Amino acid sequence: MELLSLQNISVAYEKNLILENFNLNIEKGELISLLGPSGCGKTTTLRLIAGFLEAKDGKFMFEGKDYTRVPVNKRNFGFVFQSYALFPHMTVFDNVAYGLRLRKANKEEIDKKVHAMLEVVSLQGFEKRYPGELSGGQRQRVAIARALVIQPDLLLFDEPLSNLDANLRVNMRVEIRRIQKQLGITTVYVSHDQEECFSISDKVAIMNKGVIEQLDAPATIYKYPTTEFVARFIGFNNFIAIQQMSQDGAQVSLLGEQGTKIKLVHRSGHPITDSMKAAIRPDDLLVVTDSELADGVGGLTMDELDAGYNVITGKVKISTFLGRSYQYEVETPLGEFTVNREMETAFDHGAQVKLVLPKEKVVLVRTSV
Amino acid sequence: MKEKHRGLAVFTALVFIFLLGPLVIIMATSFGDSTILKFPPEGFSLRWYQNIFDVDMFMETFKVTIVVALIGNLIALLLGVPAAYALSRGEFRGKGLLNSIFISPILIPGVVLGFTMLKYLVVKFDLPIYSSLLIGHVVLMLPFIIRVIASSLSNFDYAIEEASMSLGASRLKTFFTVVLPNIRSGLIAGVLLAFLESFNNVDISVFMTGPGVSTLPIQMLTYVENYFDPTIAAISVLLMVVTGVLMILIERLMGLSYFTKK
Repeated sequence: MELLSLQNISVAYEKNLILENFNLNIEKGELISLLGPSGCGKTTTLRLIAGFLEAKDGKFMFEGKDYTRVPVNKRNFGFVFQSYALFPHMTVFDNVAYGLRLRKANKEEIDKKVHAMLEVVSLQGFEKRYPGELSGGQRQRVAIARALVIQPDLLLFDEPLSNLDANLRVNMRVEIRRIQKQLGITTVYVSHDQEECFSISDKVAIMNKGVIEQLDAPATIYKYPTTEFVARFIGFNNFIAIQQMSQDGAQVSLLGEQGTKIKLVHRSGHPITDSMKAAIRPDDLLVVTDSELADGVGGLTMDELDAGYNVITGKVKISTFLGRSYQYEVETPLGEFTVNREMETAFDHGAQVKLVLPKEKVVLVRTSV
Repeated sequence: MKEKHRGLAVFTALVFIFLLGPLVIIMATSFGDSTILKFPPEGFSLRWYQNIFDVDMFMETFKVTIVVALIGNLIALLLGVPAAYALSRGEFRGKGLLNSIFISPILIPGVVLGFTMLKYLVVKFDLPIYSSLLIGHVVLMLPFIIRVIASSLSNFDYAIEEASMSLGASRLKTFFTVVLPNIRSGLIAGVLLAFLESFNNVDISVFMTGPGVSTLPIQMLTYVENYFDPTIAAISVLLMVVTGVLMILIERLMGLSYFTKK
């Protein structure tokens, strides 16, 4: 039974529909991220859950109760803002105690809970400071403590780390995950930073134009994107349009544009539809010379390679040194392919090469419009 | 280069003399001993200062001026604070127009405003002079209150209010516990500025005074028409001191740049 469910929600800002017939279910205790480019509707979704925005249509159910019209101050959800949004005229203690005082807790209880929470976020001894006297990371920890101390039924994060520098960001996201696990609190986390979302979430929802393209565990999304949009978003740069396809169990063999023949193992189990593309990451694509084509390359037999399966011929157009490897833009009859290869064996500009697509690394994704 | 600086210094000095000279002259004459306004003054005396307190009309109109400025300020606050909040936080149609309407008393010549109010409040609706004077001053003060408070609000992150609401506070509670303490200096500066506007106003007040009801600046005008002794200089000096102290307070609270920038 899900804790939270958005049912056929529509949200409009002025005349633009930002969400239309939007659905999302969240289980108790999990941390789910909403990830996507700016304007994809992730922040709108979060603000709707918080109660800062009202749905034009649809229903918001929480713990089996209709929350659609419950005002923000009656929801008991904790919200952590990108700008921290601490009360500048109050000390750290008073900031954290604010929600408890509104709940008419007695002084002893407030004292105890605030101190316990400041310990959770490692800010003991900072009680008497004002927000203006704290660093960005400390402010965000006060904001987290302030949101957590009221024992919210749901914790919401809106790009909480965007204003911090890179090192601190990595530390803070570990902190956030640790606290979330420790308290077992259901959390919705919005960010445009892919690494951040993947590293802390139980599930990630990748959003595009007000629609969730895929909602899965981070590793599943990383390995098996379902749509072209998701694939591009997580770094599959190479796509091949498919003309014909035949399936035998997990074994799929297909005919792409320009007569390209590809055999692949379809592991994700995503349903195969009519409009699909084959996709592969620059890291997974092999770039070899003629003489390097040998039995077993990319999981293909010599017979298959001789028959032209999973091989595309091209010419190196641009090479970029990335440190550990080189990245090549290879011009082929199918368009440009991006491929990485370790630095020891560099190709010159204009070199004729063969691209091999390993059977296990090619995925099928639904075409995005 | 040096020559240029000297030129600039002379120019600046001239500007200061031009601006402050008359004030210095008034100050000097207020301490004179002769019975007519005269510069340079002859002798030294404080009797014109004494005279201010002996003329009943000065004391009475001073009281009216203070009462109108204070009560008017209170009313302007009650109207202006919610208006400023709505204008800076709300999203609604006609916001720009409303904003212009609230600011317009600053732009319209005071004489026009005063005359219009006389025509409608006093003549048409037959309101008592005292209430008309009060209404006139509320209209005069309102734009200053709204402008200064809206400016304070625009520097205050709305997310902070949202944070308060997400922690369980209603919008009203949030206003009193979170917004108000953070715009306090703007609020005080707005009150002081509006007070000064009202206290020194002539062009609206002149239409709203009548038998038994007058403000100090109007009484001063009447006085000059009949007498030419330095009492008027003495009272001007006192007003300057009050104004100066209030301006310094405002500057300390907000910085005067608040009123010059958009």
